Amino acid sequence: MKSLKFLIPLALFFVLVGFLAVGLKLDPREVPSPLIGKPAPAFALTRLDAPAQTIKRDDLLGKVWMLNVWASWCAPCREEHPVIVAFAKRKLVPVYGLNYKDTRPAGLGFLSQLGNPYEASLFDGDGRVGIDYGVYGVPETFLIDRQGVIRLKHIGMLTPEAIRDRIEPKLKELIGELNG
Amino acid sequence: MAERRWLRRLAALLLCAAPLLGMAKDAAPAVDDPVLEARVLRVAAELRCLVCQNQTIADSHADLAQDLRRQVREMIQRGDTDAQIIDYMTARYGDFVLYRPPLRASTALLWFGPGLLLIGGVAGLVVVLRRRSKMAPDRFDPDELDEETPGTLKG
Repeated sequence: MKSLKFLIPLALFFVLVGFLAVGLKLDPREVPSPLIGKPAPAFALTRLDAPAQTIKRDDLLGKVWMLNVWASWCAPCREEHPVIVAFAKRKLVPVYGLNYKDTRPAGLGFLSQLGNPYEASLFDGDGRVGIDYGVYGVPETFLIDRQGVIRLKHIGMLTPEAIRDRIEPKLKELIGELNG
Repeated sequence: MAERRWLRRLAALLLCAAPLLGMAKDAAPAVDDPVLEARVLRVAAELRCLVCQNQTIADSHADLAQDLRRQVREMIQRGDTDAQIIDYMTARYGDFVLYRPPLRASTALLWFGPGLLLIGGVAGLVVVLRRRSKMAPDRFDPDELDEETPGTLKG
């Protein structure tokens, strides 16, 4: 028994490696949102393309919808955009945009250049609604259910994989709640 | 000659003052109400900037940090207490936004871990030293004498 004592440092080393391996997989930028399962914060914002027209959170009650936070100044949004366009084309759920800390001309220019997948884009020029939604890095995407409760938050770019592995299963669950 | 010296002095003085011009822009809001601004900074120093993560909202120049400072300022002006402001931030960004994490079951290890490690280390040390003090002297290697300086031990 005593002869095996020299293996203790080796065992400790493997424990350490285990911790480090787990630590490598964690993304420190992924801040868990406390908003999951809570009612989506109320807002009343004008449409990006129609400054006179206001959309309120309660206008969207009764349907499952996606909120995609984007800005023309945000490079990952530009990269993400084709994915959103492709997703919106499938018409699984209406996609609304939150045009975050942008200017109207720049936001509209972005959409006319890259295509407009959004049912409507809400214009949040000073980023206050963004703060209410805990937005800290665009792009971010939320799924909101019929009762207006936030059910999923995706931080960072939506990729085809993220749509397949995260968004679609959640959507099935949310839409299934109606039938079930 | 004397004139030139004065000119040089004036130029040096202006150069010294140049950084002040740069500072003036950042410090602008403080002019309105230094008491308010001090409180904004105190609350903001408790909050983590989510974009840069290792800076407080008070330190950070990130856009979001500026927005959150503005939010803090407005809430103070509205008469909210510090606790209300902290609650407002945690409701949106979670405990992560707090530089001093609250004591919970999930954070107990964070709070007590270092103390436990210290206690464990000291306990281990005591056990080893006790065991050694009970060992027979012949279990240890004899101290080697240093040949270069006789009379001292090899160190």
